[in-house]
Amino acid sequence: MHLKYESTLREPLVDGVKDYHKVTEDIIGPIEAKPGKLWYVGFFISLSLLAFGVFSVTWEVYFGTGVWNLNKTVGWGWDITNFVWWVGIGHAGTLISAILLLFRQGWRTGVNRAAEAMTIFAVMCAGQFPIFHMGRVWMAFFVLPYPNTRGPLWVNFNSPLLWDVFAISTYFTVSLLFWYSGLLPDFATVRDRAKTKLRKLLYGVASFGWTGSTKHWQRHESLSLVLAGLSTPLVLSVHTIVSFDFATSVIPGWHTTIFPPYFVAGAIFSGFAMVNTLLIITRKILHLEDYITIGHLDAMNRVIVLTGSIVGCAYLTELFMAWYSGSQYEFAEFYKYRAAGPLGWSYWIMMTCNVITPQVFWFRKMRRNIMVSFIMSIIVNIGMWFERFVIICTSLYRDYLPSSWVYYRPAWPEVGFYMGTFGLFFTCYFLFAKYFPVIAVAEIKHVLKTSGESFKNDMTKYEQESPEKFAHDLEHAH
Amino acid sequence: MAAKKFVVGCFDDEAVLFPAVKKVRAAGYKIHDVYTPFPVHGLDQAMGLRETSLHTAGFIYGITGTTTALSFMSWVFVSDWPLNIGGKPHFPLPAFIPITFELTVLFSAVGMMMTFCYLCQLMPFVKKHVFHPRQTDDKFVMVIEVTSKSNAGEIKDFLASVGAAEINEQIAETGWWYGRFDREDRLYAEQPAPLNV
Repeated sequence: MHLKYESTLREPLVDGVKDYHKVTEDIIGPIEAKPGKLWYVGFFISLSLLAFGVFSVTWEVYFGTGVWNLNKTVGWGWDITNFVWWVGIGHAGTLISAILLLFRQGWRTGVNRAAEAMTIFAVMCAGQFPIFHMGRVWMAFFVLPYPNTRGPLWVNFNSPLLWDVFAISTYFTVSLLFWYSGLLPDFATVRDRAKTKLRKLLYGVASFGWTGSTKHWQRHESLSLVLAGLSTPLVLSVHTIVSFDFATSVIPGWHTTIFPPYFVAGAIFSGFAMVNTLLIITRKILHLEDYITIGHLDAMNRVIVLTGSIVGCAYLTELFMAWYSGSQYEFAEFYKYRAAGPLGWSYWIMMTCNVITPQVFWFRKMRRNIMVSFIMSIIVNIGMWFERFVIICTSLYRDYLPSSWVYYRPAWPEVGFYMGTFGLFFTCYFLFAKYFPVIAVAEIKHVLKTSGESFKNDMTKYEQESPEKFAHDLEHAH
Repeated sequence: MAAKKFVVGCFDDEAVLFPAVKKVRAAGYKIHDVYTPFPVHGLDQAMGLRETSLHTAGFIYGITGTTTALSFMSWVFVSDWPLNIGGKPHFPLPAFIPITFELTVLFSAVGMMMTFCYLCQLMPFVKKHVFHPRQTDDKFVMVIEVTSKSNAGEIKDFLASVGAAEINEQIAETGWWYGRFDREDRLYAEQPAPLNV
């Protein structure tokens, strides 16, 4: 008998009749097979986007940030919008793997590997924007506090922008470690199954010589648990600190205490949407419908409707406070230049995509509909991009001096840079989907006998036991 | 390290493995290790392994990070270069909190990961003997050391009686060495390396 007993009323996490070997075959199989035509097409498109991005960035570095349409009034445009958007997307992975681990949400096992990979790639994309916004990018290392010949003159530890440097780099490092520590046993599985010499060599190196010893598993469990405990406040801190970039300033529309929880909810909202976008395609192409079930999509859509509603409440709170505070600048910002004004259209795209459309997920039928989930996941990410655009650009384009009011639209290198990060993101994701186990094999095996469909039927005998007997057996198991 | 002689028993199900571990221990045989494809909860207790102290190490790394961040920022702003930034105090503790927190997490995570790899001897190009190619797939592999006080035939019979599905004898290196998994290494001049493919 397993240590954990799960009610038959709960939906199985793994569909179909499976044993441990079948799980390995299903998940590792695609790594050993040749990729399909679709993979090559997608990979080539991603690479082309990446190449265009590299070209746009080279252009910007060569001629200077002047080639972007930023100006004295709108000093942060698409670049910082994209930065916050990508960082936000990068929040779902660690949330799924860390917070849901602590909350003992079994469904995380099916999606955590891909979500964490997505997190790492998204943070990689996010990092490009502030770095290249510096203009003289070869001096980017000036943000680090290192002994230098300028005094040493140190960085300003009071500045939220410096906090960001620490927050993003810590987040990236810890997510990477967490992800890789989970990958070690799965790489060992690929290695031990490998038929070709090259695969044995590469996965042998990547698996660090993992053998599956009981003592190692014990330490591995302890490591995962502590890393989850550390990552949980870390996830919340990262977008909190990103929101401080705005909240600690004195710009109307930025200077609000609501920002940290509002940004964190928004980040989870967009992150889960991106997880849905990717996994709906991945499960279809790699035939992983048994592991990423409709139940998984349902759970993620619930998170989307919850966080979407939190974000909606935040929008309304902002509007209320703009009026109730009695500050004429706040009032003008929200009612004249966001909801109306030349960039007002972006505000209404944001409202529609983030607040109105996600309400369809109150209906179970919609949450469990793949097409609706997929379309909604894209709508949500469009909405969340516009949220950042609204926060950044519509707060800046009408400043205190009407003579410097401008309209802002991006120049081609800004658009190209953004497309380039899509290229980077999807290039990495395509490589991941081909060469990495996209589902945590060991973790699925761990829950298989309690949550697998074929094993759940055997639970009936436990359900008919008296609670006292069950508790006694559980206590004296092993 | 040294080559030792082992009896290897493969189990198909963890439900069979647990009582077997208990019986093997009760019979007094020395379990070298049990290799499983996923963490089997309670197996470490059943084998009589000590609880790991990795989390304590993590805590120590964490407070090292806290101390490093706080003391470094204080030293910079108070003593090394007391710069006047908009008339703000030289020791703004609330403004130090975010970086202090981040460094606590960073030190703890990186330190724990490195300790984990050190304790488990995990590194790229580190190679260890794999007793059964499916121990990372679906088999639960119990490895019993043949000591001067036991003999292999006896252990084999015992393993068969407790439900092992597949039993064999192997001479293997107990530690790790630098090597590649696509090559069979001849570790000892006097005896051929155990082939398990």
